[in-house]
Amino acid sequence: MGKSVLMQGNQAVAEAALAAGVKFCAGYPITPASEAMEILAGKLPAVGGRFIQMEDELASIGAIIGASAVGKKAMTITSGPGFSLMQENLGYASMIEMPIVIYNAQRVGPSTGGATKPQQGDMMQSRWGSHGDSPRIVLCPGTIREAYELTIQAFNLSETYMTPVIIMADQLLAHNRENVVLPEPGSIKLVSRRTDAVPKTEYLPYRVDKTGIPVLPPFGGGYRYNMSGMIHGENGIPDLSAQTIDTCIRRINRKLERYRDDIVRVEHIEKEGAKTAVLVYGSPNRPAKGAVEAAAKLGIPTDFIRPITIWPFPDKEVRAVAERVDKIIVAEMNLGQITDVVRAAVEGRAEVIPFNKVNSMPITVAEILELIKKAVA
Amino acid sequence: MSKLDKYLRLDLMPHFACPGCTHGIAWASLVRAIDGLGLDQDRTVMVCAIGCAGRLPIYLNFPSIRTPHGRALSYATGIKLADPTLNVVVFMGDGDAVAIGGNHFIHASRRNIDLTAIVAINEIYGMTGGQYAPTTSFGRKASTAPFGMIEPKLDVCKLAMGAGASFVGRGDAYHVRELTPLISKAINHKGFSVVEIFTNCPTHVGRRSKHKKASQALLEFKDLTVSQAQAKKMTGEDLHGKYVRGILHEEIRPEYVEEYDRITGFKEEGAL
Repeated sequence: MGKSVLMQGNQAVAEAALAAGVKFCAGYPITPASEAMEILAGKLPAVGGRFIQMEDELASIGAIIGASAVGKKAMTITSGPGFSLMQENLGYASMIEMPIVIYNAQRVGPSTGGATKPQQGDMMQSRWGSHGDSPRIVLCPGTIREAYELTIQAFNLSETYMTPVIIMADQLLAHNRENVVLPEPGSIKLVSRRTDAVPKTEYLPYRVDKTGIPVLPPFGGGYRYNMSGMIHGENGIPDLSAQTIDTCIRRINRKLERYRDDIVRVEHIEKEGAKTAVLVYGSPNRPAKGAVEAAAKLGIPTDFIRPITIWPFPDKEVRAVAERVDKIIVAEMNLGQITDVVRAAVEGRAEVIPFNKVNSMPITVAEILELIKKAVA
Repeated sequence: MSKLDKYLRLDLMPHFACPGCTHGIAWASLVRAIDGLGLDQDRTVMVCAIGCAGRLPIYLNFPSIRTPHGRALSYATGIKLADPTLNVVVFMGDGDAVAIGGNHFIHASRRNIDLTAIVAINEIYGMTGGQYAPTTSFGRKASTAPFGMIEPKLDVCKLAMGAGASFVGRGDAYHVRELTPLISKAINHKGFSVVEIFTNCPTHVGRRSKHKKASQALLEFKDLTVSQAQAKKMTGEDLHGKYVRGILHEEIRPEYVEEYDRITGFKEEGAL
């Protein structure tokens, strides 16, 4: 057991990034995420890393992609308005298959919304915010301890699959503090991208081996190749033939389908005889668990399912729950962004009951318990 | 076989540039500068973005990255901070440098990170069909300025100097021999250096300006630009509407990454 530390969510993300080996962070100030950036600004130089505050979020994510091209683990930190600006370069990172990590502490509402209040309003944007079909992995921590763990996982997944990974927290998780038992430093498994490229004379950046994942040696190491956001062939050079377009778009997306089972994480608590399940992700984790426990005490067994990986969506796992129960309550702090995804996954096997809260107040145990009672009445 | 062939991806030739386009003069001057300075080809990174100018590194045999439109300087910033021992050259056109990428240009100038930005100004968005740029001369016709350009032209060098770039130079595709020495000095300069190069676009600007030949634009440069020696002899009135070539500004200023490492006590990983 490691030591127990009282930690803010943003702090957990920053400390975990350092434990994961982050060597570069660029960001633009934004509430409720800035503390993570401030911590990295202070701590990176001592571990051989650098921080820069850029002129905007477009530049911040651009800079981290550049640093990643030199082989450094790199991250940026933001909230909704900044996340919107990052969509351009996020799609670019997906396209050139460059690992980066983005931490988004969601705030309430569209536009400027409310900087100091939580919501889960960027869930669909985290998947579809960039134009074109661009892959990314999106993780939703449910506790501050899990934010620490998932930040390390975000770097590992990103380096393994050569794709951007987004950590989606919200203001509640970002600004709350709780006791976190840190893993022993030596016990954390860290992954760095492959460096075993074929010899220079045979090398093409996007000619993949049986893994389907490109090996992109850091710039400066002797491999002179081109990366481009334009549709490209194996040599990284733009090519708009129908065959190359099809191959390029399918290959960058197929990676995540192929390794889906390694990427997808869910928490499922089965209750014998359950007729209803509660599905949540992110910070509604605890009130939902509290409601399921309270329902059990009232003699209403209720399943709990929580996608920890939200994209790719754990459709198989959710469908399996739908086989067990008649109704699935989907509680979200938005107007139902994941509800329809759940409906598509269960394909009519269970009734999907949405609960949507957008007044920026946390979802409560009482609210979910009431829904459970109503569902079994 | 030219001694410069090793810097080119010859398998990708012929290149895409239109007949009579002088972006190639800017590119060749850059390659000659790199060759003359003896920069390590593996340790020199080409960064560019979108448009005709932005397509350059495809044909150059260096580690190269083509970013989204306007973002080249932010990627270059990350590359240089991640490994300051790399030489980083950014090649941009009008739009990349001072329209969609204008904010990055201002702040790269201000920060003084050791990057070299070559800005090829042909007054037009050529790749998309001849729309006007912030650098289009007043009155010039473009596909989106069918009645002539209404906005005043942006002076890239003045912008760079105003924002704090520590090396600013200008050349044009007519005065070819000045370009390689100018680019060499910019690359050698420790800090953010900008070289503006006037190029032509016969396909869009030349055609709409009723030029009979692509070379007509080059003759315009001959009249439009003056050397520093000429400029010294000219009155303010004579200089009106003229663009001075050569090194317009050069100062020694602390380079960002060196300052960062000094002030923060940066320690390379594994160092004691």
